[in-house]
Amino acid sequence: MNAPVKSVPEPTRREMMVIAAAAAGGSLLIGCSPADVLSLGADSHFGPFGPFLRISPDGAVTVVSKHIEFGQGNHAGLAAIVTEELDADWSKVSVVQAEANAKVYQNIGLGAQGTGGSSAISNSWDQLRKVGAAGRTMFVTAAAARWGVPTGEITVKDSVVSHPSGKQAGFGELVADAAKIIPPQNPTPKDPRAFTLIGTDRVRRKDARAKSTGKAHYTQDVHKPRMLTAMVAHSPRFGGKVAGFDATAARKIPGVVDVFQIPTGVAVTAENTWAARQGRDALIVTWSDDKAEKRGSDEILASYHDLAAGKAQPADKIKWQTFEARGAARPPSGGKVIEAAYDFPYLSHAPMEPMNCVAEIGDGDPKITTGSQIPTVDQLNTALIVGCLPGAVKIDTLFAGGSFGRRANFKSDYVTECVHIAKHVGGGRPVKLVWTREDDMTGGYYRPLTHHAVRVAVGEDGFPVHWRHRVVAQSIMKGAPIGGGKLDESAVEGAMGSPYLKATPNVDGQVFFPDSPVTVLWWRSVGATHTAFVMEHTIDQLARAAGQDPVAYRRALYAKAGADRHLAVLNLLVDKAGPVTPGWSRGVAVHESFGTVVAQAAEVKLEGGTPRVGRVVTAIDCGLAVSPDQIAAQMEGGTCLGLSAALYGQITLKDGLVQQRNFDGYRVLRMNEAPHVETYILPSMNHPSGVGEPGTPVIAPAVANALLALTGKPTASLPFVKT
Amino acid sequence: MTTLLNINGQNVAVEAAPDTPLLWVLRDELELTGAKYGCGVGQCGACTVHLNGDAIRSCQAPIGSVVGAKITTIEGLGGLHPLQAAWIAADVPQCGYCQSGQIMSAAALLAKTPNPTDADIDAAMTGNICRCGCYQRVRAAIKAAAAQRPAQAVAA
Repeated sequence: MNAPVKSVPEPTRREMMVIAAAAAGGSLLIGCSPADVLSLGADSHFGPFGPFLRISPDGAVTVVSKHIEFGQGNHAGLAAIVTEELDADWSKVSVVQAEANAKVYQNIGLGAQGTGGSSAISNSWDQLRKVGAAGRTMFVTAAAARWGVPTGEITVKDSVVSHPSGKQAGFGELVADAAKIIPPQNPTPKDPRAFTLIGTDRVRRKDARAKSTGKAHYTQDVHKPRMLTAMVAHSPRFGGKVAGFDATAARKIPGVVDVFQIPTGVAVTAENTWAARQGRDALIVTWSDDKAEKRGSDEILASYHDLAAGKAQPADKIKWQTFEARGAARPPSGGKVIEAAYDFPYLSHAPMEPMNCVAEIGDGDPKITTGSQIPTVDQLNTALIVGCLPGAVKIDTLFAGGSFGRRANFKSDYVTECVHIAKHVGGGRPVKLVWTREDDMTGGYYRPLTHHAVRVAVGEDGFPVHWRHRVVAQSIMKGAPIGGGKLDESAVEGAMGSPYLKATPNVDGQVFFPDSPVTVLWWRSVGATHTAFVMEHTIDQLARAAGQDPVAYRRALYAKAGADRHLAVLNLLVDKAGPVTPGWSRGVAVHESFGTVVAQAAEVKLEGGTPRVGRVVTAIDCGLAVSPDQIAAQMEGGTCLGLSAALYGQITLKDGLVQQRNFDGYRVLRMNEAPHVETYILPSMNHPSGVGEPGTPVIAPAVANALLALTGKPTASLPFVKT
Repeated sequence: MTTLLNINGQNVAVEAAPDTPLLWVLRDELELTGAKYGCGVGQCGACTVHLNGDAIRSCQAPIGSVVGAKITTIEGLGGLHPLQAAWIAADVPQCGYCQSGQIMSAAALLAKTPNPTDADIDAAMTGNICRCGCYQRVRAAIKAAAAQRPAQAVAA
């Protein structure tokens, strides 16, 4: 912050082409390491323990997290991994957020710095174990040299280094010596059976105090000298453009500083948030809707039905794509057939903190302050606007008030909006862009509206012999700069690769991606938000048609598919769930996402036609459990988010206009409707897998299956409660 | 225009129009950022503060309407309130954004109902949305704090 102002390093022509190509989509992998390219202009210096670990002279241990913390508890888990291997005193460990650096802090597997896909712990596991083990070795080596004893005789516990002779020293006493030791390249981590912290309930959140006292710092809370607050009038229709605007009334609002057009609308800057809001609301903007989406969501959905039923032909250049095919494409003639079709609405993420960002754009390095979920992409998109190297864009990532996928956006939509405004303001003057709840809810990037049509032919034993599956949904990955492939698997993951399809000899699974200006994005657990429902609710219907118990029916299919983990999790669930509470109906669902298998048994009853969910038993196999209490918290929270969407969640369009503007129209789960979730973790020594998302998709089919058992009626669309 | 408010036991003069919501005066003028903006229409409870001991939504309270009242924000709850200790012990927060509001609603509840039933908790807390879904732990923490008889601390 007090560094001398320096000029922004100018990208070379080739660098700019590479950066632009990366941002435009296709791939970052264009002949050179993406991390190298995106780090261009970065200027980082790390201490003797490397980029992930700092130890101060008083012995305090600081773990640097390359992942954002927006509720999922990864900071606790990441710190625990380092602490375990370092043998540090957990009470003296704190966590700070890493700066933006695509090379040093990249998500291994993503090739960029970013948090998503429930990967924070899993991609960091080997990396941070080595960080901790290397640090431990440095202390042991330093102590051995100081005391003139063999390293093999030294032990470390709770940040204290000891020798059987009675000599001992804390990390603080030894850190100056340890810092001089060259870190070992390949230190040996512990045998997991020797863990004393990982896997225990001693692993607790490091941010609970700050977040319980109002002191946790979010982008919404940022105040900087001379800072302006901005709001933007956006097109009410997706794809609409500004045709003209009248700012006369807006400029008369006390505190309003300026009004100007930016690519995404008309911006108002003001001295404070309330003035910005009043100014924005006083704007009169006319919009050009030539290229805007003007259909209602009912009309869009009807077009999906027609496509899936073969009543409408795809538009030019867009074709059906196969996601899973085996055996005969045509179903057998004769025999029993079960058909089911499902509709899933657009969903808003609606995290508690609406979108916001602070940008400072002047002659020095551009600076962004926000809850950045994919800093590398935010750097890239900022660099393209400012005309600098991506690595020169400084990002101060703060806690974010939830995301559920919303902040992982390849377009960096609200970040770039803020950068445009701050660039217009100029001089490095800080600008805080604030989206209102209404801006957030009507601003798109929804879970795609999705239609599934399933037709299953069953044999005489009641098990599937042919499974025809059609999915229609907008593509999330279209135009994505990273992770894109030929098939956007995010629309079909969970159906694709399902043990039920594996157990079926003939499969014909296809997906179609229609286009629309409505912006869509991943929503916690992504494809599983609908595929888990389709697969699990269909299975219960198949089991009923076969006159079999749904749990026994699943066990038989898992045996056929060799789905041992599914079977083990289901068995754990049944064991822990026990008998059904009298007066309640129970439904079971099992789903694997992000390498984690979750099974739930939900107890449901109908109150005035509305499902009420009581006890929810959860069994999970997420590999080695790093922080069991945070795993439980994610199951509790994921279940609430999934249930909220299942009961009430829907964004609808009328004439292209979003009908829900705030929490009065977009109903969400509240305290009096929250289930009680019990979590049981399958013991495992396997590599840890994710827990942030896999707890979300299972509750909706579990509830639908409970209702099926109660009423005999399947659920063909969500939400359960239509308003 | 100057308005005199009593916030966390102190009289403060703020320069803002009387129709300005208390939330924005707290956050922007006084930099008391514990109360959060979540919806602006009194639907989510993230902005909850106490007005003479009652939980209110500060986004719905123009400052002109709260002159002369005792306003308490999470910053003025005093020391570490038993609810806050219970919150930390239970690792209630996830993203944390709604938690100031949750705690202020719960503190108002316990001040009047030291041993709340589940129905009391539902009635007091249903106005506070948590999208992370911490409800189960909020309920447990309220009960844990109530079991420690926090009435004295609440009154402080």
